[in-house]
Amino acid sequence: MSAQGATPPATPNRIERFAVSPRRRRSDKLARSLVLAGTVIALIPLVLVIYYLLHEGLKAWSPHFFTTDPTGNTFFKNSDIGGIRSAMLGTIEMVALASAIAVPVGIGVAVWLVEYGKQHWFAQLVRFFVDVLTGVPSIVFGLFIYIVLIIGTGSTFAGYKGSLALALLMLPVVTRSAEVVLLLVPGALRESALALGAARWKVIFRIVLPTALSGMITGVLLAIARAAGETAPLLFTAGATNKTSSNLGEFMNSLPVQIYNDVISPTQSVVNRAWGAALTLVVLILILNLVARLVSRRSRLA
Amino acid sequence: MTPDASPHITAGAPAPSAESSAEKMLQPGQPTADPATSAPASSSAANIVKRGPQVRLKQLRAFYGSAEQVKGIDLEFPANQVTAIIGPSGCGKSTMVRCINRMHEEIPGARAEGKVLLDDLDLYNSSVDVIAVRRAIGMVFQKPNPFPTMSVFDNVASGLRLTGVGRNELRPKVEAALRGAGLWEEVADRLSEPGIGLSGGQQQRLCIARSLAVDPEVLLMDEPCSALDPIATLKIEELIATLKQRVTIVIVTHNMQQAARVADRTAFMLSGEMVEVGPTKDIFTTPSDSRTEEYVTGKFG
Amino acid sequence: MEAASIPSGDRSKLERSPLARFPDRALRYGLTLLAALILALIVYFFVRLVGEARPAFAKEGVLGFTFTNDWDVSAEHFGALPLVVGTLITSALALLMGVPVAVATALYITELCPRRIKAPITILIELLAAVPSVVYGLWGIFFLAPKLQPAEQWVADKLSFIPFIGGGVVTIPNYFVAGLILAIMILPIVSAISREVMATVPPDHKEAALGLGATRWEMIRTAVLPYCRTGIVGGSMLGLGRAIGETIAVTLVIGDAPQLSGHLFSQGYTLAAVIANEFGEATGLHRSALFAAALVLFVLTLLVNALARLVVMRANRSRTQPRQGGPKAGVADVAETAAMGA
Repeated sequence: MSAQGATPPATPNRIERFAVSPRRRRSDKLARSLVLAGTVIALIPLVLVIYYLLHEGLKAWSPHFFTTDPTGNTFFKNSDIGGIRSAMLGTIEMVALASAIAVPVGIGVAVWLVEYGKQHWFAQLVRFFVDVLTGVPSIVFGLFIYIVLIIGTGSTFAGYKGSLALALLMLPVVTRSAEVVLLLVPGALRESALALGAARWKVIFRIVLPTALSGMITGVLLAIARAAGETAPLLFTAGATNKTSSNLGEFMNSLPVQIYNDVISPTQSVVNRAWGAALTLVVLILILNLVARLVSRRSRLA
Repeated sequence: MTPDASPHITAGAPAPSAESSAEKMLQPGQPTADPATSAPASSSAANIVKRGPQVRLKQLRAFYGSAEQVKGIDLEFPANQVTAIIGPSGCGKSTMVRCINRMHEEIPGARAEGKVLLDDLDLYNSSVDVIAVRRAIGMVFQKPNPFPTMSVFDNVASGLRLTGVGRNELRPKVEAALRGAGLWEEVADRLSEPGIGLSGGQQQRLCIARSLAVDPEVLLMDEPCSALDPIATLKIEELIATLKQRVTIVIVTHNMQQAARVADRTAFMLSGEMVEVGPTKDIFTTPSDSRTEEYVTGKFG
Repeated sequence: MEAASIPSGDRSKLERSPLARFPDRALRYGLTLLAALILALIVYFFVRLVGEARPAFAKEGVLGFTFTNDWDVSAEHFGALPLVVGTLITSALALLMGVPVAVATALYITELCPRRIKAPITILIELLAAVPSVVYGLWGIFFLAPKLQPAEQWVADKLSFIPFIGGGVVTIPNYFVAGLILAIMILPIVSAISREVMATVPPDHKEAALGLGATRWEMIRTAVLPYCRTGIVGGSMLGLGRAIGETIAVTLVIGDAPQLSGHLFSQGYTLAAVIANEFGEATGLHRSALFAAALVLFVLTLLVNALARLVVMRANRSRTQPRQGGPKAGVADVAETAAMGA
């Protein structure tokens, strides 16, 4: 912009009558300030949560914290209350099983929707119901598994039941994000492969899925991050326990449930442990998010 | 122009009564009062006669980042005349025109240098308010773009509402603008219907009415008919002939026949430079530059 | 006239053997079966839930259960109205506080902020969704609620003439804090959807507004907000659905008072919270009542989400313009998908 010097034009000019009134200028400034303020307000909780997590959570972290199970000795002030080992391992085990169920099923349904079902009425129905699943409160998933697998079988809490509840929660997330990505694979790519005489299943497995792979991995990672943080589905399915176990048929501990139970404890050291566990959980989720973002950058679908 | 006592406008400094008295203020040197603002709407309101400004570009250069798209243009747009800018795609005609109403700088990383003079006022002077410039210089775009959530009436009134024109004044001004755009007869009974419900040609005239409603000094038209059918195009070309009595018009077109039909003067641009400018008839029949001749005879572009 | 016949070679060469066609068939039918199973699962879901809830509905009647104000565990009397009202109050608070802020962030990111900080700020807003609800609950009950209490008491005292807001004793867990935490939790979804819609505003309209001599805010008011209205409403409804179903964070900061006689800064209860708190030890009719509460919750979220999707679909369908940024399966799209839902 050439600056001809800030000397104002000396004579009245043809655009004077279009000048912006002070009132309009004030409104503009005010509105823009409000929008900026709103954005800052939105970020304040994030800063505060992170600050408190670090401030309180780091205090609880120690080698002992990560390598011992909770002891359940919460009645005496100076007793060793243990760490969160079983919670971490339990979360890892249950989420792993949940993913092993939800990811193939979810991607399978997405592939069906995009490659076979398309706009057919049945496919629209399936899409609608998957959408319905997206909106179900997470505690309802837990209750459903409770009805079917606990009331229904007369048995009790188990790790795999928690996994099933988490899998139900992950399913719509995986399906929808996979569908989004699969729809971005250009139709021309599929058609050229088919025109070369390749069988449909080969086109799907050798061409469509590899192209969509990084996008789908992103979706899966984010679904895993979501499942790792859920408490409600586990409350009445996996129960809670203190010991580490690799047997998913027994009660199983998990980070969110551990935190939930620790929060309401009157013992301060237990509350501290809750903060430490919360920090651990958030770090885990952030790592998953970070990896998801990095994978997404390498997507071949630009 | 005779200086008078009214305060000059500096960017950001208030002109206390500029807004409310604008309607009543006569332009210095203007031979006739602007009937659009004082007379009630009548069928003659369509034919407003007003002395438009002369627009001059002096060494205008436009950049996208470091790439120079418009390279030092000197050009004059005489008052109350239609000047057409022709040239092949990508030669910079749209960019140059968007520098006139300072819309070019809205694009991130874009800037302009040089002077754009509206009579004696350099629009790029740092004391000039860019918003006033944009209101003073109307723009009609290639694709008709009435605001989709607004009715016909609200579309035309949208510019007026920005300056808080009262409800009683809105109606006559909207009608006057629609008459000025040759659209009043067709939409008088449909004012509250959505603007996008009109046909393409009508939508474009609606956009013209929207620009006219704020009573601009200059009207920039960037290939206004390229998305329209021949009949709609013809209507707009007829409109341009009447509009030039109240505004100075610059029209970018890639259609040479159109330039020949509507423009008093034509300028030929090539690769960001002004090759030749002159009365339309001369440019098309006896161009002095060989490149101009090649273009108008269809050898390229 | 007979068309020239193709020399009859061995057509069977063009056919694939049944064995070669098997994988295709298997895949197609297998996946179709899978999709059908999902449908069946959801229907089964609903049926079982209704079945377990039936005893409670039988005792009080469906409407009686939902709209009677008396949740008394010891008397085995279950009217869920205080829970329904509590759910609605906290969700309404979440919308009231969350949507304007979310729209402001979306406006800032798409229209006002310098290009360089667009991506970082977007990521920060999305990070709000990464925090699990139990952590929000923990932070809420140990930091936010206590810190806000003095201010809340001041408001309650100053505004004591306004019913529901003023005049009471402020407890640390209360409706307001629950609503505030919910507002923070729905912020990312509403912001993401609003941003999506704002990015699809055709640049033409924005230029037309600027060309008329509009200030930046006037341009937003004329060309952006009206265009995005439907989409923002849809996004808010998705946020509402999320707020209604949110369990853990609310449970930790709302207390456990299934009564309608409270005020903004007193303890309350929601459908989700009562389930979380009471299910562990509930038996018989009580448990059935909790299933009934879950059913009410389920139906409520279903309705809100279905409506929301209709609205968002309508907003997207009437915009036939392609996105300004082009379709990229970026983390934003996938993250939005992942973040939606309770």
